[in-house]
Amino acid sequence: MSASPNTPAPLLRVDDLKKHFPLRGGLLGGVTGHVYAVDGVSFDIAKGETLSLVGESGCGKSTVGKAVLRLFDITAGQVVLDGQRIDTLRQSQLRPMRRRVQVVFQDPFSSLNPRMRVRDILAEPIRNFGLAKDAADLDRRLAGLMDTVRLPRDAVGRWPHEFSGGQRQRIGIARALAAEPDLIICDEAVSALDVSVKAQIVNLLQDLQKELGLALLFISHDLAIVEHMTHRVAVMYLGKIVEVAPRRGLFAAPKHPYTQALLSAVPVPKPGAARTRIVLQGDVPSPINPPSGCRFHTRCPYVFDRCRVDEPLLKPTSPGHTAACHLHDLPADRNPLARDATPLH
Amino acid sequence: MTEAPLLDVRNLQTHFRTPDGVNRAVDGLSFHVNAGETVAIVGESGCGKSVTAMSILRLIPEPPGKIAGEIRFQGRDLLKLSEPEMRAIRGNEVSMIFQEPMTSLNPVLTVARQIGETVRLHQGLSRQDAERKSVEMLRLVGIPAPERRVKEYPHQLSGGMRQRVMIAMALACNPQLLIADEPTTALDVTIQAQILDLMRDLKHRVGAAIVLITHDLGVVAEVAERVIVMYAGRKVEEASVEDLFANPKHPYTQGLLGAVPKLGSSLDGTTERLAEIPGLVPSLKQRIEGCVFAGRCPKVTDLCRAVAPALEPKAPRHTAACHYAEKERLAA
Repeated sequence: MSASPNTPAPLLRVDDLKKHFPLRGGLLGGVTGHVYAVDGVSFDIAKGETLSLVGESGCGKSTVGKAVLRLFDITAGQVVLDGQRIDTLRQSQLRPMRRRVQVVFQDPFSSLNPRMRVRDILAEPIRNFGLAKDAADLDRRLAGLMDTVRLPRDAVGRWPHEFSGGQRQRIGIARALAAEPDLIICDEAVSALDVSVKAQIVNLLQDLQKELGLALLFISHDLAIVEHMTHRVAVMYLGKIVEVAPRRGLFAAPKHPYTQALLSAVPVPKPGAARTRIVLQGDVPSPINPPSGCRFHTRCPYVFDRCRVDEPLLKPTSPGHTAACHLHDLPADRNPLARDATPLH
Repeated sequence: MTEAPLLDVRNLQTHFRTPDGVNRAVDGLSFHVNAGETVAIVGESGCGKSVTAMSILRLIPEPPGKIAGEIRFQGRDLLKLSEPEMRAIRGNEVSMIFQEPMTSLNPVLTVARQIGETVRLHQGLSRQDAERKSVEMLRLVGIPAPERRVKEYPHQLSGGMRQRVMIAMALACNPQLLIADEPTTALDVTIQAQILDLMRDLKHRVGAAIVLITHDLGVVAEVAERVIVMYAGRKVEEASVEDLFANPKHPYTQGLLGAVPKLGSSLDGTTERLAEIPGLVPSLKQRIEGCVFAGRCPKVTDLCRAVAPALEPKAPRHTAACHYAEKERLAA
């Protein structure tokens, strides 16, 4: 499961996606600015592949997920599912696409309707998309879904409040699976769970991916979980992807200073572990008024003049591994990221 | 260490009366903290770690809550003090940092007013002196341009800065004990790294003892000297941080450590399946007869279901509450 399967046409292709939210204010409530939440993001996901989108609060990773789900209209760019553009589809044409792309949210307490029994929660997508032939088929599907997420079949008659957080997240996963999707977007799907329950859900997602051949867009800020789950990783900072790499490449040899700092900042459950820690100064700048040039230049330990004016583009550094950093244009002896610069040893 | 500990908690019982029975959130917890020491209390949601923190400062509303046992701070039992006496201790000798810097600061008061309030109350400083002290505290916690920031309101600060303000407030009166309840949980990793660095640095400079409440074993490994593992309202294991991670004795601690994905696992090819702890935390509303972990323990025997194991030393300065851990040691 190391490299991504190189199929000619990816299941999902996102091309130069932009989403700017208007800011209103002033006396007449006019548009006074924009939040550049996502500002030119491109990636693709193959069938059966997990791509993780990582970054800190406000980097735009959840906005990318919502754009792929078509929960709002995008500002610019393309979202292509299996060769078909979905960002331009009219509402009435969206239904088949909605079946193929499902989502699991972060908070298992607010993402299930407390007034619906599990049976109805799971039956809704099946009915919506007309997947069941008859009532008996519906029951068969419900039982199958409960088996798939390792919940007792007779629990379908119960209400969401009767379940623990981990069990609710299983119900959320079963609801996503009910539509028989090709791609599931997991938006911080395990972040709210306790350690021991998190492990259960992570294992379940990995099993399901193998059994059902699902593609996952795994949105998370938790790098250790991501490393555990993913085939490839895309790192976002202030609305842009700064690095994309296969799992091993990213964790063994990060090629962007932000990725390097992010990896070094994660506390490791190993007392006395000697690590080179790069503590970034200051806070993430506002996406309303992002810095010029490279957006990371205000916090980058390796910043030089060019970074402040010239925006770096994603360029390949090794097969399948791209990074947006001017350091890679320097001669190798002056590039601190040329060698394997992982802070994880 | 022959001196009396700074904080000595004995048989703490914090119970809540609820419509469907008594919730034993903390059920017979004993531990101590020496001067200048950092002790972490770890456990999952509902294990009683935050209730323990709140109990020490008597921030539990009574009723429905009820705190019993002894909480000796510098020899005085905090549970026997009057409310005015308690107020003289809170924020002064013992102070607390909460998880949510967004909700634990007053949104309509400037930073200067909020830091100043504690020093004016406890040290009787004038308004001008309090403001000077606020600036000094902001400088201590590494906020740039403290003279300007001190006049700002919480909404003008980022999450990391608000947490720095909380820490500045907590340290303003030079407390001997700082209780930090999930101080970095709401923060991003790069900001968390800044705050953990700050806490380590301040510890050396200020010398306060810290009780760190957290669920994050990574944070524990980086900051703590001694660790208490809680489960279902009880302490199940206690050891130095090195011992606990190298040689966990209690099956729950072992399970927790196995369930945490390790960063860097793909480098040495150890991204194998995570260990799961099957099942759920038991309800705290029924009295648990045997071991609290019996329902989920892979090594459970009839003895565990019938008799609650006592906390016993399993190695030098390493205690655990498990019948089985001791048997293992005796066999070996």
